[in-house]
Amino acid sequence: MSKKLDDNSDLKQIGKKRDVKRKTLPALAMAGPVSLWMILFVTIPMLFIIYISFMSRGVFGDVVYKFSGESYQTLMDATYFKVILKSLRVAVFTTVLCLLVGYPFAYYIARKPKETAAKLIMLIMIPFWTNSLMRLNSWLLVFQTNGPVNSFLQWTGMTDGPITFVYTDGLVVLGMITNMLPFAVLPMYSSIEKLNKSFLEASADLGANGATTFRKITLPLTFPGIFSSIILVFIPTLGIYTVSDMLGGGKVLYIGNIIKNQFGSIRNWPLGAALSVLLIVITMLLIFLYTRFASIEDMEVV
Amino acid sequence: MFREKNEVNSMGDAIVSLIEVEKRFGSNQVVKKMNLEIMEGEFLTLLGPSGCGKTTTLRMIAGFEDASAGVIKVQGERIEDKEPYQRDVNTVFQNYALFPHMSVFDNVAYGLTIKKVPKEEIKKRVLEMLELVQLKGYEKRKPDALSGGQKQRVAIARALINNPKVLLLDEPLGALDLKLRKQMQLELKRLQRKLGITFVYVTHDQEEALTMSDRIAVMNAGVIEQLAVPNEIYDRPKTKFVAGFIGESNIFDGTVKAVDGDLITVETSAGTVQVKGSGFQERETMHVSVRPEYVEVSKEPIPGFDLKGTVKDFIYMGTVVKTAVDMKDGMEVRYSRFEQDYSVKEQETVYLYWRPEKAVPIKQSR
Repeated sequence: MSKKLDDNSDLKQIGKKRDVKRKTLPALAMAGPVSLWMILFVTIPMLFIIYISFMSRGVFGDVVYKFSGESYQTLMDATYFKVILKSLRVAVFTTVLCLLVGYPFAYYIARKPKETAAKLIMLIMIPFWTNSLMRLNSWLLVFQTNGPVNSFLQWTGMTDGPITFVYTDGLVVLGMITNMLPFAVLPMYSSIEKLNKSFLEASADLGANGATTFRKITLPLTFPGIFSSIILVFIPTLGIYTVSDMLGGGKVLYIGNIIKNQFGSIRNWPLGAALSVLLIVITMLLIFLYTRFASIEDMEVV
Repeated sequence: MFREKNEVNSMGDAIVSLIEVEKRFGSNQVVKKMNLEIMEGEFLTLLGPSGCGKTTTLRMIAGFEDASAGVIKVQGERIEDKEPYQRDVNTVFQNYALFPHMSVFDNVAYGLTIKKVPKEEIKKRVLEMLELVQLKGYEKRKPDALSGGQKQRVAIARALINNPKVLLLDEPLGALDLKLRKQMQLELKRLQRKLGITFVYVTHDQEEALTMSDRIAVMNAGVIEQLAVPNEIYDRPKTKFVAGFIGESNIFDGTVKAVDGDLITVETSAGTVQVKGSGFQERETMHVSVRPEYVEVSKEPIPGFDLKGTVKDFIYMGTVVKTAVDMKDGMEVRYSRFEQDYSVKEQETVYLYWRPEKAVPIKQSR
């Protein structure tokens, strides 16, 4: 009996070896190029950034290859710390608003017949596909001192003089929201769309009204989508600098702008790198949380 | 297939009444002027092929579909305008619809939690309910970690814990394999007897309906074709559809040739047949339905009958072996025996007949 078992396991071993061979080659062929790409253009530059962040700045803005924790100490400076906090605050605010605006919209689309839903999704995708510089510039035009919004407000008599919208945090946040809304809507849409209607019927059948059903069934079951939206909105918002550059006119500074400036005009690469590392750490933290949640919420929302 | 089941346990008043209820989806009329009284404590089955309107009827009682016209009453109270969560009925869904993010306990407790029943009482009742459906010890599991049969039990427990006046079941056993389905059929029936709750059960499986029901409403194209106890549905089908849908029948279309007391002689394209019944007149078109087990075979012509045919083949069905006989008009008549009928051979000419009282006369439907 045991002899037989051994024979079997031998056979299995051979089979396994053959399997490994058969499976490895195609797997390499498929994953290889991507892996190579990722190593060359993501991993190595990232390691380089981390490396630079621990170097120090030369007198002429060059990188002196001598270990120093100076850049990280600078981050704790009141000025930089404030900007970091403000950036986080704006990113949180933008994310929350995107969710509040995006979820009802995603819900609305998901409950429409497929063809109508496709058209509605196009409505958010078209601005997304237009050139972002054009989009941001048009915001400036709409909100400038003698633009339509100010003209309207003065015409109605709500204000006496023009209000300064341009180059304020408010306009930057508005720009961020319009920029990020598609990223918020799409994951939530796909999550809500997958939600089986019979769960909602079962909840109603068991005595729950619409609000309770939403709180106890719809929200938890679409949570994976909500969390994807959070990540897709929060992380880019934290790092983006074009919106604050254009709508903030250089007066509104976020992490993204500072990083850009450190690598550009100010030429303090180690500090820019340290800021980038900070962003990467925040991102990784969020993604770690996401995978944790995703594994808990890894249920079939059939 | 013979069973006596005339007694319906403690049938009182109608607990659910459908009065002239209709449902239209656009121009498609799914349920047509339906009238149905469901008695307190009975196990009523809506039986029919897919698309006959049985599920829609159930969903109108539950409140998931609005009736396009008509009145629905539960315990004499009109409920058509009430939301599903305001109705004293509960549903067991076809795909179970267990909440995937909740444990078995939380699923079963859901209805009581909504009603804000005290925690200790919820716990006690959930555990009792899980014991009733034989799922003790499964409280902490997620629905994903349950088998089909277990999910089914949780779905039943989740509905029953609310003490509904009526339990609606929408093809609840459809996804289970045959053996488990048969077992669950009996369990469901016992549960229903034990609790005395009215069950309204939707299925397309006629055997399931015959096994479990106190009464069966056979539906076709949005209309109840016949509402009766199972053995009446089986033995005395009222329409051609019911005769064809329940069990296997040989159905002949013909014209009344002669009426002699209750003996009716019918001329069909396959030949002349006889049936017992009343209310038929000469030259009236009608159907004659006869079960395969009642068809007799002879080598000689039989007086009163003229059903000559050729033996085509034998069909082995497990408990019975059927013999298929080709009639002159191309119709295939089948008769069944417990063993293969060795008295005839393939291609042999035979004469079929039956005792006229064993066949069922059916009016031509308008």
